[in-house]
Amino acid sequence: MTMETTKSTQSDTSARQAILDRIQTKRVDIPPLPDVDPERVIQFDQPIDKFVEMLAMVGGQAHQVDSQADVRGVLDEIDVFKTATRVVSLAPDAVAGTIDATQVDDPHELATLDWTIARGEFMIAENGSIWVDGDTLPHRVLLFIAQYLAIVVPRSQIVSNMHQAYERIEGFGGRFGVFVSGPSKTADIEQSLVLGAHGCRKLQVFIVGDM
Amino acid sequence: MLPIVQHPAAAKEFVNDPNRSRWHDQALWFVRSKRDKQAGSLPEWEYLRETASGIKTHTIANMAHYLQEFERNATARGAVVHWARDAEHHNEIVLRILRDHKTKRIVKSKSMLTEECGLNHYLEDNGIDVVDTDLGERIVQLRNEPPSHIVLPAIHIKKEEVGQTFHTHLGTDEGASDPKYLTEAARGHLRDKFLAGEIGITGVNFAIAETGGLVVCTNEGNADLGTSLPRVHIACMGIEKLLPRQRDLGVFTRLLARSATGQPITTYTSHFIGPRDENSELHIVLVDNGRTRLRESETFRAAMHCIRCGACMNTCPVYRRSGGHSYRATVPGPIGSVLSPTRDQNSYKSLPYACSLCGSCSDVCPVKIPLHHQLLAWRGELVGKKLLPASKRWAMTMASYLFRFPRLFRLVGKVGRFALRILPRWATHHRFNAWTIARELPDPPKETFRDWHRRHRTK
Amino acid sequence: MPVALFVPCYIDQLYPDVAIATLELLERLGVDVEYPDDQTCCGQPMANTGCDADTAPVARRFVDLFADFEAVVCPSGSCVSMVRNHYGAYFSGDDAKYQHVTSKTYELCEYLHDVVGVTHLDVKFPHRVSLHQSCHGLRELRLGQSSESMTPRENKVRKLLNLVEGIEWVEPDRADDCCGFGGTFSVNEADVSAEMGRARIADHCGKGSEVLASADMSCLMHLQGLIRREKNPIQVMHVAQILSGRPLGAA
Repeated sequence: MTMETTKSTQSDTSARQAILDRIQTKRVDIPPLPDVDPERVIQFDQPIDKFVEMLAMVGGQAHQVDSQADVRGVLDEIDVFKTATRVVSLAPDAVAGTIDATQVDDPHELATLDWTIARGEFMIAENGSIWVDGDTLPHRVLLFIAQYLAIVVPRSQIVSNMHQAYERIEGFGGRFGVFVSGPSKTADIEQSLVLGAHGCRKLQVFIVGDM
Repeated sequence: MLPIVQHPAAAKEFVNDPNRSRWHDQALWFVRSKRDKQAGSLPEWEYLRETASGIKTHTIANMAHYLQEFERNATARGAVVHWARDAEHHNEIVLRILRDHKTKRIVKSKSMLTEECGLNHYLEDNGIDVVDTDLGERIVQLRNEPPSHIVLPAIHIKKEEVGQTFHTHLGTDEGASDPKYLTEAARGHLRDKFLAGEIGITGVNFAIAETGGLVVCTNEGNADLGTSLPRVHIACMGIEKLLPRQRDLGVFTRLLARSATGQPITTYTSHFIGPRDENSELHIVLVDNGRTRLRESETFRAAMHCIRCGACMNTCPVYRRSGGHSYRATVPGPIGSVLSPTRDQNSYKSLPYACSLCGSCSDVCPVKIPLHHQLLAWRGELVGKKLLPASKRWAMTMASYLFRFPRLFRLVGKVGRFALRILPRWATHHRFNAWTIARELPDPPKETFRDWHRRHRTK
Repeated sequence: MPVALFVPCYIDQLYPDVAIATLELLERLGVDVEYPDDQTCCGQPMANTGCDADTAPVARRFVDLFADFEAVVCPSGSCVSMVRNHYGAYFSGDDAKYQHVTSKTYELCEYLHDVVGVTHLDVKFPHRVSLHQSCHGLRELRLGQSSESMTPRENKVRKLLNLVEGIEWVEPDRADDCCGFGGTFSVNEADVSAEMGRARIADHCGKGSEVLASADMSCLMHLQGLIRREKNPIQVMHVAQILSGRPLGAA
């Protein structure tokens, strides 16, 4: 099914011009755009330790393993993985999935997914987050719709802070990317923190030595 | 014309219910304390604030350039960029997109802009089923209330009340109020809505001129679920959300969640650059709605720095006691009291006075908006436009007169102190004296300092 | 050139002992201090209401009255902030008198700490004391580090009080939440103002403080009004009274 994309109308075009005109009519001194001095921001001597600490703080669980082959063993200890039947794995060297997401046309078919095993590009120590590149996901929704999420990330790929993170993805050409920090959560009822709002209920992060 | 908001009257019921106002105060103070801990964990915190403020000042000054750069890059990546003059125009654009797709059901993640524009009601009036998917927003939507806070929409509602609302609408057990249980119920209820949603609408936290990309930050993952199932994503943003470069996000993603909820970063910081794939659409609606006018004011321009973190609400001692609804505005609290009168001075003239000028908001603001000085500046503007009640203006004119004539000042002081000493209590402590509703008057001394000084120090 | 004492209008009329204590303290420390007789008010009540036209003549009068002094010292952070941070709206930037007065007006503790450099005070105050940090002293004059700010600053008020023998410090849970006075705010928003004040008093009382001390008497006037109405077991005192050796209960 194809549909014509909603285009701008004449009214939108005139709004565009009106907005730009109004801005250009009022000239304001333009101070220089500041850059962050890398010497003035926090760096960690032991970034992995900091990452593990921060991930725990945001409700995730870190597992440090030597190789991808060790991931399965850790997952097999988790009850909700043992009983899982619908698993998509984007890290087949670690875990074999039960569903091939590349063969799924409509993302709605993934509604009953138990687990997604995703690949992370790198970790950010200061906030326990992981950059996941949308290009690794056959469907974007995989990261959000599974009841449980695991992310496999190479131990060598870590930065201290968000400035370094954005330096790493400078010129990022993909359509989607996300920093994931812990499982989905909410505190909208009386500030009581509840893990598992709409996305994953829990997050396992595998920090893999040899990857 | 909008009705005139009288903040003291609008706050009365909330503040005079100590069970609620003290509970509310404590809940927000808890968030503020978490913020302090996170801010304190970064030695560069003040440097980040300074830098963020500098980036925003630059961007807003150079806004026409960056808007066009953004439009160019977003379009090149396949997005459709729409420009909306005001709230009404924004709503029309959104409705037109929905009609073009014959859509009846939309899932929406949090967007203060769409609240500002009254999008939900507009769409509902046009036969569209709108589901707010942020848990707090869903709670207030089911209760048919506006959010009372921009980050914590249901912060004014107790869990027992949420339990009652969910019992009515979602069929949860009567009397159940455990947040975990209620959240689980909402998860199930909203999963169905996500799966049925035909178009996803989100707000925008940051838009990047150099990439044409958008960043949306959530903890629940609702913006991501809401946009990765349907084929069409509509992102609505005020034009002040722009940042020049992707690397500027390094500064803002470090400040936003720490300031908002005391988290080191939101759970999901999602970067959308163009539509999902060749068969999908991304519509970006750029909204002015008074922002270009605000930009023209030297005094209030810095209010455009706002990243809607809500930290000024959490710290504001007035907001904490009076509740968000007392502001009768989409954005309450200090930043709301600066922004609301820019929309309608007469309606919102009491808001700049709903402030003790304590300055906590200015110190907490991650983008260094001088909020309490702006609130003070608003008072001057309102008086200049003769929008302050005559009784208050007269009182100040009389005070000014007294202070210019020391003999008169001393005489009036003497009479006043004498009266305080001899009058019976009922004549000074009554309901028409706002000071004495809750407080005693000071005991008047026999002599002033000046009298004492003349007796003891005059050579 | 002598230093001028500026006594805020409400202190002159309602709390003369705060001004007497300030004067005695300055004299004891060897400051050549004078009290210009015709002073009234800095203009803050009008300015904070937004009545700029009513403020301007009062501000001008203030500057004229104090222009010939080496410095102006005032036992109120709020009034000093008015002169230092908000007088700019009423004068042209190159007005020499204004420049002198705005840059040489000091809050009492600030003056004692920064200019006099007090390191010793021969006074005792053997009581449990908690500090109420007035917002304007803290966030407009930076007499200390506000809890929101991550810029380290030493607390000048506390440092001075630490020179007094016998003070047992009591720390409230919230170090610098506003008391709710706010000038005309206290009557405009009487309900919210009172609730803010009650919360401060409960915090200080709950920690066992006997004396709520502050460098701003206006906050204390409001808090004292609430304390007396609710008969809370705590008293208020201005910092000048403690520093000058007044016994408990002087306010």
